[in-house]
Amino acid sequence: MAEELSKPEPPSATDVPLLRIDAVVKKFGVFRAVDRLSLDIRAGEFFALLGPSGCGKTTLLRMLAGFETPDEGRILLNGKDIAQVLPHRRPVNMMFQNYALFPHLTVRDNIAFGLKRAGMRQSEIAKRVAGLVALLKLQGLEKRWPDQLSGGQKQRAALARSLARQPQVLLLDEPLAALDKKLRESTQLELMELQRRLGMTFIIVTHDQEEAMTVAHRIGVMDAGRLEQVATPRELYEAPNSRWIAEFVGDVNMFEGQVSSREAGRLTISTRDAGAIIVAEPRQPITKTAVCVAIRPEKVKLSRRGLVPDAANAQAINRLEGVVTDVGYLGGLTTYKVKLDTGAVLRSSMANTARLDIDSYNASQRVMAWFTPDDCVVLEQ
Amino acid sequence: MSDRPTFTRPARIAALAPYLWMALFFLVPFGFVLKISLSQTAIAQPPYLPVFDLTQGLAAIEAALAALSLDNFRLLISDNLYVLSYLRSLVVAAVSTSILLVVGYPIAYGMARLPQRWRGIAMMLVIVPFWTSFLIRIYAWINILQHDGPLNKVLLALHLVSTPVVWLSTDSAMYLGIVYSYLPFMILPLYATLAKMDPALLEAASDLGASPRRAFWLVTFPLSRPGIGAGALLCFIPIVGEFVIPDLLAGSNSMMIGQTLWLEFFTNKDWPVASAAAVVLLLLLLAPLSFYDRLQRRQLESAR
Repeated sequence: MAEELSKPEPPSATDVPLLRIDAVVKKFGVFRAVDRLSLDIRAGEFFALLGPSGCGKTTLLRMLAGFETPDEGRILLNGKDIAQVLPHRRPVNMMFQNYALFPHLTVRDNIAFGLKRAGMRQSEIAKRVAGLVALLKLQGLEKRWPDQLSGGQKQRAALARSLARQPQVLLLDEPLAALDKKLRESTQLELMELQRRLGMTFIIVTHDQEEAMTVAHRIGVMDAGRLEQVATPRELYEAPNSRWIAEFVGDVNMFEGQVSSREAGRLTISTRDAGAIIVAEPRQPITKTAVCVAIRPEKVKLSRRGLVPDAANAQAINRLEGVVTDVGYLGGLTTYKVKLDTGAVLRSSMANTARLDIDSYNASQRVMAWFTPDDCVVLEQ
Repeated sequence: MSDRPTFTRPARIAALAPYLWMALFFLVPFGFVLKISLSQTAIAQPPYLPVFDLTQGLAAIEAALAALSLDNFRLLISDNLYVLSYLRSLVVAAVSTSILLVVGYPIAYGMARLPQRWRGIAMMLVIVPFWTSFLIRIYAWINILQHDGPLNKVLLALHLVSTPVVWLSTDSAMYLGIVYSYLPFMILPLYATLAKMDPALLEAASDLGASPRRAFWLVTFPLSRPGIGAGALLCFIPIVGEFVIPDLLAGSNSMMIGQTLWLEFFTNKDWPVASAAAVVLLLLLLAPLSFYDRLQRRQLESAR
């Protein structure tokens, strides 16, 4: 199934990886912050490290920047091991979470800081800084001090400073966490545009899955120092490789059960909470009998009892009856909680495609929830 | 942005308290000293003239006012003794402050980089000497520095010197005493600025290609300037007026202004000249104080 999903303009997969993280271990005392983690990142890729706090994603990023040294393993940049190279000698730059702009230097001098350390000529520096000021729309702010900038301006100044040395890899540590929601969303788009224009390799650390999904070509989801799955945003959402991933990324309905029959590319899973569910047989053969079925809320459609839409008649579908208990109107979509006759709760979210109130359901209304076998993901428990 | 916070009446009265305190315990006494500095010495009780006597009516007060003169200030300028005392005080304070900075900065820097749980202990160690009287500690130094004292014994035992070194009544002993006594006043403000500095700034500097040493001079040092200013002034100003340490540890061939003041007040009983010397000292110290004030105001502005 995963192969059918389209990927958002990924860089050519045949390239030798620009960055290879090879069985890297980082321990703090007995705690393994990063635990034998391996990962390849291609040149020109926008890669996101996503995970709950404390999963080791920031430690991994800091090892790439050189602020932490791995206890084991190698970090190869263009085939050269940089694991022990000091941060000021790495062709890698970082944008810090709280920007870490030098408060005693103007915006201009902040941007020029790295260029001066590289021993660049004054005229060259002036040209490079002017280019970055234009690129990040900082015109007129060059002589300001960092504390005279707004949050968004600080973010752009920090980005300009980290881009100044034209690093082979740009590391971004929660770069948008300090911005408010609207600004964050527009900045995400700007960041993508910037990465595409510069063709630079970006690695972003974030705990915000929507942000990771929006900006990145590929996402590595980390938990307890390990990579749980590395995939494109769509694969991650539609074809999670474990129950943990399915539950971590987005909302999901999860039903535990056993495989009861198998025929013509279809599995029937008998569950306690939702009866028999017919699912499409996954590519990765299921070996265990104890499985769970994951269905995203937006794949669960509701209809009035007894009424089955035409599209659903064409194929085998799963139907569950229940009573609406909760309705959450969010503008673009409405979320429903349906209490099934078995007592389990099924969540559904439906886009409000019509302005008028023709396709909505009220609390305590009896409805039929339905979804197709292709809407389900079977995962081993 | 133009609305200013409004205060209730009790809050406004409470805000007056520090001004009242300053008026009562600084301005009024300073007025007395200023008045005495404009008077003439006399063999009387008090030992100067004129004396304002409010019971004698307006005419007597007018006569007293007319008797005030700037003669004492002219004397201060004309007599080398005072000019040299002022100069020596300023030089001693400047040299001591420089030594304190060189000694105190690495200590404060080291403290600020200690793990959190060790910082409190380090702070204690800096403050602990204050638990003993200042005078006793200076006398202890006399003991250590004397001809057959522990310092000479150690130096002789290590064969660093062949005969005991004369420490007491030298400028070296005085500088040692001053640096020892004022070190906490230098360390604490420096430590305060260094400890609150964001460690990410140093990481950013090294990320942008600065070696640790460059990062110190380009980031840590400039950002610790407020601490340097505060520490330097906290030391410089009281050292200029220092009396006890030079009196007990330095030689008697040249005096700091504090010693000269003491001499005028208690040996020569010339209160008017002593008061004039004190007034000039205060004016001299206004210069560094106003500098410090400007520095703080700049900091407040940048903190906004």
